Amino acid sequence: MLTIDNLSNDIDGKAILKGLSLSINAGEIHAIMGPNGAGKSTLAYTLGGRPGYEVTGGGATFEGRDLFELEPHERAAAGLFLGFQYPVEIPGVSNLQFLRESLNSQKRARGEKELNGGEFIRLAKDKAALLGLDMDMLKRPVNVGFSGGEKKRAEMVQMGILDPKLAILDETDSGLDIDALKVVGAGINAIMRKPDKAVLLITHYQRLLDYVKPDYVHVLAGGRIVKSGGPELALELEREGYAEVLAA
Amino acid sequence: MTTLALPTRREEAWRYSDLDAVATIWPTPAPARIDVAEGERAHHHLMQDAADGAATVHDYVIDIADGARCDFHLLNIGGKLGRVTFAVTLGKGSHFELSGAIIGGGDQVLEIITSVTHAQPDATSGQTIRSILGGHATGSYLGSINVARDAQRTDAFQSVKAMLLDRTATANAKPELEIYADDVKCAHGATVGELDRQALYYMASRGMDPTTAKTLLLKAFVAGVFDDLTDEALKDRFETAALAKLEALV
Repeated sequence: MLTIDNLSNDIDGKAILKGLSLSINAGEIHAIMGPNGAGKSTLAYTLGGRPGYEVTGGGATFEGRDLFELEPHERAAAGLFLGFQYPVEIPGVSNLQFLRESLNSQKRARGEKELNGGEFIRLAKDKAALLGLDMDMLKRPVNVGFSGGEKKRAEMVQMGILDPKLAILDETDSGLDIDALKVVGAGINAIMRKPDKAVLLITHYQRLLDYVKPDYVHVLAGGRIVKSGGPELALELEREGYAEVLAA
Repeated sequence: MTTLALPTRREEAWRYSDLDAVATIWPTPAPARIDVAEGERAHHHLMQDAADGAATVHDYVIDIADGARCDFHLLNIGGKLGRVTFAVTLGKGSHFELSGAIIGGGDQVLEIITSVTHAQPDATSGQTIRSILGGHATGSYLGSINVARDAQRTDAFQSVKAMLLDRTATANAKPELEIYADDVKCAHGATVGELDRQALYYMASRGMDPTTAKTLLLKAFVAGVFDDLTDEALKDRFETAALAKLEALV
């Protein structure tokens, strides 16, 4: 589904990713862990096409298409979802309006029929219930006045409604208490744990992986994947720390 | 009969105007008078959507008697020059509310000029102006609030926000207060900004194409200006015209 080949970039003249390669197939959940400053968020933003995160070497294909030939909104329409570490606030635009416009933009781009108001509200209610988010929250402006936990839940509601093929979740667990972590973890499983979908979880900590079991765990350090393994690698990292595991 | 001399840029109220365009329609018509009688409530509106290339000036002189109220809704979007001015005098305990939007592109010059005089005590006034400017357009709000010596307990505000879509567009915002009473509350705020890039990227990441995303942000920016229009048909007409103008700009 996603193949990243020898990807490099530099941000403001500083090399961050230095030849990163990774391959993700449908039906798989991958976790990327790594110390601060390893390039984890840069990887997420680069794949998501954030302005300022231009590629200087290598490439990536998503379902056979050159990912970097696509504009950010075209990547979303192709089935890519980026979960933000710091979701953005948009005063004056309600979550429902935001999501309906987003979903229908995607549908237009794919040549599918757009959802009418009633159909959309039913879908939104369904996904909000899945994440235990009150519908009234969705009537409020995007992320404005939401707590850290509410923002992350709202992001997962967005993911449920947009129904992507591949979700790249950048520290979705940060700012969550244990209860919220369980709800968000269950939401990720319900929405994305399917044979035709895949997830790339980016996280500092093992704890999210207790709820969303990865098939593969990778360690990102110094701008590249330096070690890959199964779920046991995450436990080893948690137990011994990055420095120890990387030195071994 | 004497003709009024054409204004010059030396006059503060004309500093940012398009004087060549004004010359084509000089002298402009006499001001429209609105008198709101004691205790009454009046609603007025203007949709300034003159044809492309036209010049138009609308002057209003509004007298609001004791205990009366006047609400004015204004959408200023048409013509090469679209200038709307208000000279308002408030009686005791009266209220004036101006809700206006300027949306301009090309080389349009769109202006709202206000002079609100609190002549008597206990009057209140509010002015909310939102401007969206693209291309080489200029949008100006010049607003003065004058509080007379006797006009104690005056409560007045001006809220002016402008959004520039292009580096070549210009917004002028000049709130001015002249206060001779000592028990007065006057608030004014003016900002000029651009569309929030973070928000635009967030919207793109969810699949929204750039035009849809920009239009949604701009709609949110002017939303509120026409919210309190009680006449639903009129509100709809204003919102539809504003949206059509926005869509032509982005």
